[in-house]
Amino acid sequence: MNYLAGEYDVIVVGAGHAGCEAALASARLGCKTMMITISLEHIALMPCNPAIGGPAKSNLVREIDALGGEMAKNIDRSFIQIKMLNTKKGPAVRALRAQADKTSYHLKMKRVIENTENLDVRQGIVEEVLKKEGKVRGVITDTGAKYFAQAVVITSGTYLRSKVLIGLNSVSSGPQGQMPANKLSENIEELGFKIFRFETTTPPRISKKYVDFNKMKIQPESKGKMQFSFFDRIDPYPEKQIPCWLTHTTEKTHDVIKKNLEKSLLISEEIKGAGPRYCPSIEDKVIRFPEKKKHQIFLEPEGWDAQEMYVQGLYTSMPEDVQWAMLKTIPGLENLKIIRPGYAIQYDCIDATQLNLTMEARHLEGIYFAGQVNGSSGYEEAAAQGIVAGINAALKIKGKESFILKRSDAYIGVLIDDLVTKGTREPYRMLTSRSEYRLLLRQDNADLRLTEKGYQAGLVQEDNYKKFAQKKEEIENGKKFLGSITVNPNKENLEKLEELGTAPVKSPTTLAQLLKRPEINHEDLKVFNYEIINYDREIIEQVQIQIKYEGYINKQLEQIEKFNKMENRKMPANINYLEIKGLSSEAREKLTNIKPHSLGQASRISGISPADISVLMIYLEQLRRKEKMK
Amino acid sequence: MDSDTITAISTPLGEGGIGIVRLSGKDAFSIVKKVFKTKNKELKSHKLIYGKIVNPEDEKIVDEVLVSFMSAPHTYTRENIVEINCHGGIVPLRKILELCLKQGARMAERGEFTQRAFLNGRIDLTQAEAVMDIIRAKTDAGREIAVSQIEGKLYDKIKDIKEKIVGLLALVEVNLDFPEEDIEEVTVEKIKKSTKEIVAEIEEILETADDGIIFREGLKTTIIGKPNVGKSSLLNALLKEQRAIVTEIPGTTRDILEEVISIRGVPLRVIDTAGIRKTKDVVEKIGVERAEKAVRESDLVLFIVDAKVGIEEEDRTIMEMLKNKKSIFIINKIDLVDSEKVEEIIKKIDERPVIKASFKYGSGLKKLEESILNLVFKGEITPAESILINNSRQKGSLEKAKKNISEALQGIEEEIPLDLITIDLRRGWECLGEITGEALEEGILNKIFSEFCIGK
Repeated sequence: MNYLAGEYDVIVVGAGHAGCEAALASARLGCKTMMITISLEHIALMPCNPAIGGPAKSNLVREIDALGGEMAKNIDRSFIQIKMLNTKKGPAVRALRAQADKTSYHLKMKRVIENTENLDVRQGIVEEVLKKEGKVRGVITDTGAKYFAQAVVITSGTYLRSKVLIGLNSVSSGPQGQMPANKLSENIEELGFKIFRFETTTPPRISKKYVDFNKMKIQPESKGKMQFSFFDRIDPYPEKQIPCWLTHTTEKTHDVIKKNLEKSLLISEEIKGAGPRYCPSIEDKVIRFPEKKKHQIFLEPEGWDAQEMYVQGLYTSMPEDVQWAMLKTIPGLENLKIIRPGYAIQYDCIDATQLNLTMEARHLEGIYFAGQVNGSSGYEEAAAQGIVAGINAALKIKGKESFILKRSDAYIGVLIDDLVTKGTREPYRMLTSRSEYRLLLRQDNADLRLTEKGYQAGLVQEDNYKKFAQKKEEIENGKKFLGSITVNPNKENLEKLEELGTAPVKSPTTLAQLLKRPEINHEDLKVFNYEIINYDREIIEQVQIQIKYEGYINKQLEQIEKFNKMENRKMPANINYLEIKGLSSEAREKLTNIKPHSLGQASRISGISPADISVLMIYLEQLRRKEKMK
Repeated sequence: MDSDTITAISTPLGEGGIGIVRLSGKDAFSIVKKVFKTKNKELKSHKLIYGKIVNPEDEKIVDEVLVSFMSAPHTYTRENIVEINCHGGIVPLRKILELCLKQGARMAERGEFTQRAFLNGRIDLTQAEAVMDIIRAKTDAGREIAVSQIEGKLYDKIKDIKEKIVGLLALVEVNLDFPEEDIEEVTVEKIKKSTKEIVAEIEEILETADDGIIFREGLKTTIIGKPNVGKSSLLNALLKEQRAIVTEIPGTTRDILEEVISIRGVPLRVIDTAGIRKTKDVVEKIGVERAEKAVRESDLVLFIVDAKVGIEEEDRTIMEMLKNKKSIFIINKIDLVDSEKVEEIIKKIDERPVIKASFKYGSGLKKLEESILNLVFKGEITPAESILINNSRQKGSLEKAKKNISEALQGIEEEIPLDLITIDLRRGWECLGEITGEALEEGILNKIFSEFCIGK
């Protein structure tokens, strides 16, 4: 028997990284919101690696922060190690990554959510999404509780009809022994969504007590204080951090794997879902790269005082005894004990090309999808979709214009456009190489790119916005300042330049011009009695990057200008593509299915040719003139 | 509106009296100003202005022209339009078109001027569907071109280079996106070496593209020989009409005559030189110098000796000039001597095709034609208009690709971080992609995932 348990503006189904951001965004924008999860003990759970950030992913985290989301703040509260990667490479690919205390991450996020105004949390399994007059109307749980809502955001992660595989055993289960959501999966299919079957693999966790770290290489944190959030300073900053450790597989490990291949369901039988190519199981690696005699293994602690260590690089679904045998052949793990075995998980996800760029389904008003259920992988990718879905669900209820980030705005824009326009046939991970404009979409300037947008949407708090405005002004002043100070080619200056190992100046040259030289950095300029007036590191970093790489930045701006011309040509939602003369039949079908919102988006759909785009341009112009005549 | 500047030859290709190269777009004026020299101080809109098209790279005059600058919006496309009226015929049109492409214009798609006219509100709504038909037709025509290219060497080479760039990018990208993986580390030396190779290969293609252009513009062919060996007779025989003056007095042909002839569809620009001859006659000396210059600049030389006279010192001088040149040796007037004498002459010349001929009786001409075709083209080429247009675009894309990859190389040499270098590499790839129409991103990812063992 069902009963009416409550009524909300927005209901978020799931409390993972997508769910948390969606629920927080919606509630913070003033919508009465409920987040419903299978287990309150698993809010913001990190079922796979204990880390947040890395190349492209750190950009996502800081973009979420700039928009007023929670992920950056939460990892800042709970990291045990933080590191800047790619420091020897250029600014476009530098990446922050933190190892998390998993329990702390979960608890701190749980507290934030519990204490957010307009936001209720409850435990339960959603079995059905209610529909009324072609619109979503709410949800029903397994215990018969019926909740009405104007919008439902599905962030079901890997729980839909999930199956866990270890060796030849396959059981119906969510991650870490939790309940799967089987009925919801059927219901989503009934609501007209196309379902794909994806899979991913996690490594075993082992006990720290039995590891011989003398046989491994220490992986310490970076020097200096670092954090993800642009806004709240970490206080107090952790005095000590915890290292990770590097070891490797051996030929013996590979022998064990090769001998036992038939004991893996994934390898031996045709029950494969689509797995990620960038995160293959160790079995896959050994089969595909037989010439490699060893593979790197990182041991990552799962918390400040945790005994569990995550065996990064040993993704496997081999039987437990084989896992044990494999691990023992790894230097430093001779005496190990497994705490949890590695496993593969298969799950249902939807074809995200059925969604709009707002994350709302095109064929059913009021239902939004975010996170792994859309075929993505990674906590950061999930959270990024979550915040956009949450913002849009709220804005729509409030009758405001939708919130869409373009590919030229943010990695979040690239992520959603890729999922929604191109679709994915494997778990989608964000990579810097997916972004056409990556020099502009840096992790260090996410606030400069997005805070204004987050503020306009209503999610960035007033005081944070003021801080941001001040930072922006200081950067402009810093740039002006460096452009205003001139180095004359006198004896003293020429000597200084020689000392710096750079070519002499022939005519008066500004500090800004000097900074453009590859061998000169900001610190070097100090010899010209230039005081770094009270600017903090972040300001200096921006000034330096903006001046130093101006030429390349301008190249990218030029590309964006071209891109925007196409993005700004909007396609009305009610176009009947079947009637347009001159389109190829493939184009007609794809455009009808995807209903691009702009000409630019249309051009990225696979199978749409430049000629089809020309035809669409003319068609749009026809429409415009017909409208005008009316 | 996308207002990049497009250009095309807008008169039918062929031997018309006048040809027009047209440009439309926001940079149309500035592009043409870079190549147009005129004494007129003011470039009035919608007026014909006399001047010369000059290649800014070598200051050489390409053609005398009449140019009209037409300011938006009172133009066909409602954008700035320039029309360059030049001498008809393939050579000046092509050269001017290429100069415009080099200065930043883009080759117009078929029907694109009309498309812009419509989009900018110049053409009536009822004409819109006609424009769509043109675009549709364009893709069909494009498909034909694509098919012929797939078999072509040029296409394969471009594909090859693209794969090299993708390989290079994959190596760089995998290092950028997977920093802690145990993979081949990308070194500046390695990137520099590969980038240099890529630039060199594009240059090589551009050179072959030039070969193609020579072929379509006409192969520069020079007829050379001592006075009165029958140079003008050969030209006339090939032309089959009496244009050059043919006399029995040595040294009559003072100036260089140039004629375009067609051998089985392959155009030849044949230059008849004054005889090379030791002389003190000043007027004729100029002619000899010009002949030497003509030989230097030609693609093919037809060298004639008189069978009756045999090989003399002057002929040896000429043979010396012809080392490393594609040339054909013609023994004329064989009707006047016996065959032993001819064989004697043949013994005295080094390897090159030899034709025995008597222009007076028209013998040897067919063999000469075959020999020309064999020597230069292996006899297998059929020129067509579609290839010409397409090739101009390819050349423009290749030039742009070369520019971008060269900028990447420059950046590498300045030790600019690799993530910035990829901007130029990607742009270079995209220029080549314009020729074959593929997307880059998937290519890189597939390469990364198939060749590198990643998954930390």
